[in-house]
This record gives sequence, structure tokens and C-alpha cells, in this order.
Amino acid sequence: MSRALLILFAALLVCLSVSIFGENFIASRYAYYYDILITIGINVILAASLNLVNGYTGQFSLGHAGFMAVGAYTSASWSNHLDPYIVGWLGGAGSPFATNVAFLISMLLAGILAGVAGFAVGVPSLRVKGDYLAIVTLGFGEIIRVTILNTDFVGASRGLSVAGSYTNLFWTYGSVLVCVYVVLGLVHSTYGRGFLTVRDDEVAAEAMGINTTKYKVMAFVVASFFAGIAGALYAHFKAFLTPEGFNFFRSVDVVVFVILGGMGSTIGVVLAAVMLTILPEVLRALSHTQFVPPAYQGLLENRLILYSLLLIILMLTRPQGLFGDPGAIRKRFTRSGGN
Amino acid sequence: MDRLLEIVQQLVNGVSLGSIYALIALGYTMVYGVLRFINFAHGDIYMLGAYSGFLLAPFFSHFFRFGEFDTFTPQNTLFILSGAGLIMVLSMAICAVIGVLIERIAYRPLRQRPRLNVLITAIGVSLFLQNITQYRLGADPKAFPQLIPVHVVEGLGNLTILTSQLAIIVATILLLFFLRLIVMRTKMGMAMRALSLNPTACSLMGVNNDVVISFTFALGSALAAAAGILVSMDSPSINPLMGNLPGIKAFVAAVLGGIGNIPGAALGGLIIGILETLVVAIGFPQWRDGIAFAVLIVILLFKPTGLLGKPEREKV
Amino acid sequence: MGRFFLVIVIGLAWNCCARAGVKIGAVTCLTGALSTFGVSSVQGAKLAAEEINSNGGVLGAPVELIVEDNGSKAGEAATIARKFISQDKVAAILGDLTSSATMEAAPLAQAAKIPILTPSATNVAITQIGDYVFRSCFIDPFTGKVMARFALDHLGAKRAILLTDIKQDYSVGVSDALRLYFTENGGQIIGSISYSSGDTDFRTQLTEVRSRHPDVIFLPAYYTEAALILRQARQLGINTPFVGGEGWDSPALVRVAGKSADGNYYTNHFSASDPSDRVKAFVEKYRAKYHSTPDALAALWYDGARLLFLAVKKAGSSDCAKIRDALASTRDFDGVTGIISIDQNRNASKPGVILTIQDGETKMVQRVMP
Repeated sequence: MSRALLILFAALLVCLSVSIFGENFIASRYAYYYDILITIGINVILAASLNLVNGYTGQFSLGHAGFMAVGAYTSASWSNHLDPYIVGWLGGAGSPFATNVAFLISMLLAGILAGVAGFAVGVPSLRVKGDYLAIVTLGFGEIIRVTILNTDFVGASRGLSVAGSYTNLFWTYGSVLVCVYVVLGLVHSTYGRGFLTVRDDEVAAEAMGINTTKYKVMAFVVASFFAGIAGALYAHFKAFLTPEGFNFFRSVDVVVFVILGGMGSTIGVVLAAVMLTILPEVLRALSHTQFVPPAYQGLLENRLILYSLLLIILMLTRPQGLFGDPGAIRKRFTRSGGN
Repeated sequence: MDRLLEIVQQLVNGVSLGSIYALIALGYTMVYGVLRFINFAHGDIYMLGAYSGFLLAPFFSHFFRFGEFDTFTPQNTLFILSGAGLIMVLSMAICAVIGVLIERIAYRPLRQRPRLNVLITAIGVSLFLQNITQYRLGADPKAFPQLIPVHVVEGLGNLTILTSQLAIIVATILLLFFLRLIVMRTKMGMAMRALSLNPTACSLMGVNNDVVISFTFALGSALAAAAGILVSMDSPSINPLMGNLPGIKAFVAAVLGGIGNIPGAALGGLIIGILETLVVAIGFPQWRDGIAFAVLIVILLFKPTGLLGKPEREKV
Repeated sequence: MGRFFLVIVIGLAWNCCARAGVKIGAVTCLTGALSTFGVSSVQGAKLAAEEINSNGGVLGAPVELIVEDNGSKAGEAATIARKFISQDKVAAILGDLTSSATMEAAPLAQAAKIPILTPSATNVAITQIGDYVFRSCFIDPFTGKVMARFALDHLGAKRAILLTDIKQDYSVGVSDALRLYFTENGGQIIGSISYSSGDTDFRTQLTEVRSRHPDVIFLPAYYTEAALILRQARQLGINTPFVGGEGWDSPALVRVAGKSADGNYYTNHFSASDPSDRVKAFVEKYRAKYHSTPDALAALWYDGARLLFLAVKKAGSSDCAKIRDALASTRDFDGVTGIISIDQNRNASKPGVILTIQDGETKMVQRVMP
């Protein structure tokens, strides 16, 4: 077994132990911090998976929330309708084995369906590049959201209540570990070479016989799989889903993680996700003190104003983000007419 | 006969809607032509145009007596139109300046950098404009002042066309005419066309590329602002997020017509407007927004250069 | 040195004891797309808190209202609920503004056995979550019933068109109730037409309405779309009266719709022009503090906060179970939004008002009993 895999298993074991021994204590005494911890985990998965598409493969996707929505609603519907049978079959509602296995099935299903959606988005997307791709992915994200809004089975505008709050530290951080492992593993393999070539110079890659289609679609599918997992974790933690919760602004949130962290740097985006999840809570705490003059409080609390300024300033001053590699960002298009 | 009337009615609705998309699409297409870049924040210029009109109107409201006229009469038509026209021109000017400023501050420094960077900046600018407006002026919809009396146009029998719809269509035709004049008959227009063909050759010929680009942004933003005012005369409810959907649909229109192609943008706008109206007319109002995305996907799959566009070879 | 420490310890202890006031957590949308509603709601709640604190507070100490903002974003309400529960250790939660945010927070409050009262979320499913979840406004089915009743009795309408916003839970909920009640009581829904919030052009739908010649048009919409629909309807020559719900309640409705708003009706929780003393006093106090007329949300949250304070007083302590019981046994509370009693489903049994718009002003037509 490779060393990386061993490390993964060790880390998963640590997660499991923390969860078994500490979970209830943390969840009940420190519910607020617990919430933040789980949210960090979910955001890290979203960021790391989007980084695979945006950062490593250079395909600018603005529809990541759509895949998260597919995963969230899939796992919620599954849990709502089929869990009673599965849990009953496996040992009854009191058995942690039964509920956890049921949740695992639910999560995997969420990931797979989201992956299928990723495939459906990836295939037409291979025809377009750059700016168009951004709009197409935005469009797909919106189409997914509008479809959910018009589907009565999943609650439409009423929203969907999720039975069973199965998300815990083990599942969350276990998924984080698996996600990071898979992403890093792919990137450091021959597939990774493929992704990077597509990012750096798609025309040259095609000219050299590399099947850019395969790599682009693979990146989309893997990323959306994990977005689906993140969605499942979210659904079973917040216990209520609405289509509005997976709109364009949610996608923008994740994009900001990736840009701030540095496209192409997994550790960077992980850190960025952690920072930007904690930041609003810090701001919330600040708003109750006298530190910030009331006139500016509204500005600080308006996350999107800060994020948008952050994006602009980052692009103007430090486009590689906090941890990205400046050399790895190369021109992907030449202007027709030469320059 | 009734059926025919209904169809013509819906066509008129569609053309009126499409004119708005056309005006916004022109800005996208012109900027793409000279910079090969999609200005994500363009839809929000449309929103700022509406808000400019909203903020300006009270100053002129007393003189032009906005909202006091109930119908158009031969006596008051000129007076009313000049009042509305003034507000529109002023808003266009304000947004032209805003457009140039945005280009100068956020896009110009990134001209040599990868296009992805400037796309991200554009997203940042768009979000910033929306949210700062929301913050300073409130997220709730505001009532746009009544610049022209809105009523059914007389003398058309059973056909219900509103003065506001007529205003949109006529104004768009006039603006398109002026645009064509500028692009085809002035030196600046020629410079714009040259720049979209070959920027290097252009600067070698002594053209100040930066000035031409600024002018393009100014022109596009002015058109978007005009669209914002026109649509607010028809639907007097404005809000900070109103530029989102029309912006995306106008972008699709520009792509449909062939991005970079000016007549194409106008054509694309009309087609999208008519299609959207048809979708609602046949009974699927919940898909009215989705139709634009569907068109985008179809166009990009089958004819990415658009209806009137020329295939572009990517040179390496 | 020892004396110094003693002073510190006594000072801290004094501080802690002095700050032993009851803590109530209030969560609403202060920023984001719903910020104007949120600001109204919190202003109403804060007015109630100020009022009661200037009269000696609750249980002998000033009540502390901890206000949090959910940013009109999904997922935040749950985080805030957890914060209230574990961090601030509140005795009760006032919130949330919208049904979807309340659906996030309520299960957490229920699990932690902390009473939660929403003054404005109308989805029926909320109070079904558990016995610690309360609501002090009426629910969508009530609105639908009131609208239908009014059309049948006051307008003598028999044939109605129903215009529903399929994107909004509220509109769909009220529409369902309307359809049921209207048809059960002799009316006929001759057409159900839909639109989406965010649309600005309703002419296609309205052309169809025009061709059906209804007696009344039901429009359980939010004021953004309602204003435009009323305008465009009149422009198309539709003179049938519209009947709407509380979503219409906003000065922006009349501003955008202009004269087209006249002659229509809507149900509401509250009318600022209500001649009763209680309402007049409230409106005066609100105007003095915030320089604007209170809307229904401000009134609802004002009543909601006072309901909670009263429950704490009745409970005699900040024990959550006692507060819950006190809330559940609220009867004939004299609120600005009517005489409120909490029924066995923990929803509010209270009257509504029907308003009409004349010459750009809203006037009360009648009060409707549950």
C-alpha cells in the first residue's frame, strides 16, 4: 500500500476516534463552534473539488452550487423515503451501525448523481472555452435550480425538510480527507499532467494528441461528485433545503475560496475556505462590540461587498491568490491577429 | 381573425422586449469586438441607468411635471418627450462615465494578463455594483417616476400597444441608427472596427488604442443605460438585482447573433425577446428564463460563431 | 494585594449578578435581499424591548435582546440558532422572518427545548415540528379563507381567477387554501394562472384573464409583482377588483401601481390607520423613534416580542419549560395586531383586517374574526 494511502487511513482513524469519543460533548456544549467546524469541512470539500476544475484544468465553472444542490436533494429524498426501510433492515433506529450505513449509502448516491450531472454539463462544455464556459456553467447551475423549484416531489418553493441529522465530524472530515486525497492523487498522477496541459495550452495539447475532452470531462465529474457529497453533508446538517440556497451567489462563494487560495493550490484553497468560513463569524462577533463604528458595520456584514472587493483587489494585485504559483498561470489564449 | 390579432399582439410584446435585450447586447458585442472579453458587469450598467434616472428625475420633476400628464395630446407630446429624453440622455452620460471608469480602474491594468483574471474581476465589479446599490439605496424595489404617460395607443383598433412599448421600439430604432452612423461614418467608428480586426496594426497606424477602447465602453454603457430607462418607463419597479437576468439574456443574444457583430447583437436580441414571449404565450411562464439558456446551449453546440458571425481561427 | 483581588472578585460577581436579565435571541434578515423586511421586524422588537425595560424590565431586570442577522442566506439561521443555544444561552428565541429560515432554526430549538416564536413565518409545517415551536401570526390557510370569504360575501363574487406565484411558498400555500374554501362555499375558480416572482411582464397572463371575464381576481402575491400586475391589468382594460394577502403590504405598492391600486382589497395583520387606542399609541411611539410609519412586520414583531416577555413574566423564571407552558396558555393577549390567543397547534388565533386602497391610501374595510 502506498504511503499516501496509509496516511489517509491513519487520518480517517483519528477522525473516527474523535467522533466517537468527543462528538456528543462538542455538539451539545459547543453547538455553535460545532456548526462552524462542520461548515468549514463542507466548504473545504467544495473548494478543493472546484479547484480541480478551475485551478488545475483551467475551466472556469460558475455552476458548482448546482451540483451541490443535486447531491443535497438526492440524499435528502433518499433519506426521507427509504431510510426507514434501510435502517429498519439493518438494525433499527437505535443502532449507530444502521444509521451510519444508511447515511453512507445516501451520501454515495448523492455523489454519483451529482457526478452524472457533472458529466451532462461537462460534455457540452467541452465545445466552449473561457468566458463562454463560465456563462454556460452558470446557466446549467440556474437550470438545475429552476428545475428543483418546479419539482413538487422535492418540495419546490416550499423547501424540503430532511429527516435524520446524520452529519457528524467523522463523515464531514472523513469526506474532506478522501476528497483532498483524491484530488491530490489525481493531480500528481498522469491524469494530473493531462489536466495541467489542458489548462496551459489546450491547442498545443490537442496538437500533441492528448484527448482534452477526456480530461475536461473527468475533472467535471470528479469535482461534481464531491460537490454532491458536500451537498449531502449539508442537507443532513441544516435539515432544511431551499432552491434559493443553491443559487449563483453560493457558486460565487466557492469561486472566491478558489481564487483567494490560489488556483492550482489545494492547500491554498483549503486554507482560504477555512479563513472565509470563520471570517463572517468573526465579523458577527465584532458587530456586537464597540470596535467598529456603526456606520461601517453594515458594510462589514455585507459579505458580498467584501467578497467582490476582494476579488477585484486580488486580481489587480495578486492574481495567484495567497498560495498559488505565479509561474503556473500562463496565457491560455492568444488574441487573433497576434500581439 | 382573433388568432391573427393575438399573434401580432404577442409579436409586438416580443419586439418590445427584444429591443431592450438588443440595446444591452450591443454593449457586450462591441466590448468583445475590441477587447475579446465579456464584460460581466454590463448588465449592472443597465441597472445603474435605471437608478440614475430614478435619482435624477426629482430634480426636473417640477419643471417637466412628470406624472401629471394622463395622456399624450398633440400639444404636450413634444414637451413630454423632451423631458423624458433629457433624463435618458443624462443617464446615458452618467453611465458612459461609469463604464469608462470601470474599464480604467479594473480592466485596463489586466490587459496583458490572462483573460481569466479579467473575467474574475468583471464578476467582482458586477457583484460590487449590485451590493453597494443594495446597501446604499436599499434592497427593496423602488418606484420609478412616471416620465411619460402610459396608456394604450389610440387608433390601433383591438391591438393593445402601450405608449411605453412604442417608445421602447422607436427609441431603439433611433439609437441603432445613430450607432450605425457612428460606427460606419466617423473616424472613431472606423478605429473601433479596425481595432476589432487587429489591435497591433491599429496602434502601428497611429491609433490610440486606449482612447478607442474607452470610447467603446462609453458607447456600450450609454446604450445599456438607455435600455434601463426605457424598460423602467414600461415597468416602473427597479431594484439592485434587476440587471442580472436581462444581462445574461442579452449576452446570449449577442452570442446568438455572433459575438463581435453589431447587427448580429440587434438580431439576437429580437429573437430572444420574441422566443421568450412565445414561451409564456403557449403556457409555460416558469420556463421564460430557461429559454435563453436553452438557446445558448443549442447555439454553442451547433453554431458557436452565431448566426451572423464569422468563424475565428485561434492562432498559436 | 489581597484587598485588590477581593475588590475585583466582588466587582465581577456584582457585574454577573447585575447582568442577570433574561436573554432573548432575535434572528432576522438585516442584510441581503430581504433587508427592508428584516429592519422593520427588528425595529418593532426593539421598541417592545425598550418599552418593557423602561418599565422595570422582566423579573426585575432589563431584558436583553440579542439581535443576529441571517443575511437572507440559507444555512445561516441554523448557525445562529446554535449560537443562541450554546453561546448566548437564551431563554427563548424570537424568529425567524421567513418560513425557510424558521424551518432551519426550529428543529434545533425544539431539540434543545428552548421555546421559539416566529411572528411572521406562515408555512403550516413550522409549528408541526414540536411543542416548543410557536407562531404569533396567522397561517396561509387562514389568509386564503379570509380572502375567499370576503370575495363571496362582500363582493358577491361567484367566478374567480387565481393568479399564483409558483416560486413563492407563501403564494402557493394561500392559493391552495383559497381554491379549497372558495369552491366549497359556492364559488367557482374559472382559471388558475401562474407566474414567477422576478418577472416584470405579465401581459400574456393578463390577456388570458381578460378573456375569461371573472367577477374577482385573487392575487396572493408579494407587493413587487402585485404592483406591476395591477398596473398592467388596468392598462389592458381589466377593471375587475383584485383581492390579495399580506404580501401586498408596503408603501411601494401604491407608489409603483399608482392609480391602478385603487379599488382593490387585501387582507393584512394590521392597519396603521386602525382607530383603536392601542394601535394609535403604538404608531405614535414607533414614529417618534424611527420617523416612519410601522408596517405589518414591525407590528407583528412588536407583538411577538411582548408575547415572549409576558410568557417569561408568567413563568416567573427563565426556565425554558415554564416559559413554553406560559406561551402555550396565552389567551386574549391585547396586541396591536389584534387579540391573540395561542391555540392547541401553537398557532395564533387572531383576527385579520381587510384593507382597501382609495386615492392612494389604505383604508380599513372590516375586521375578520378567526
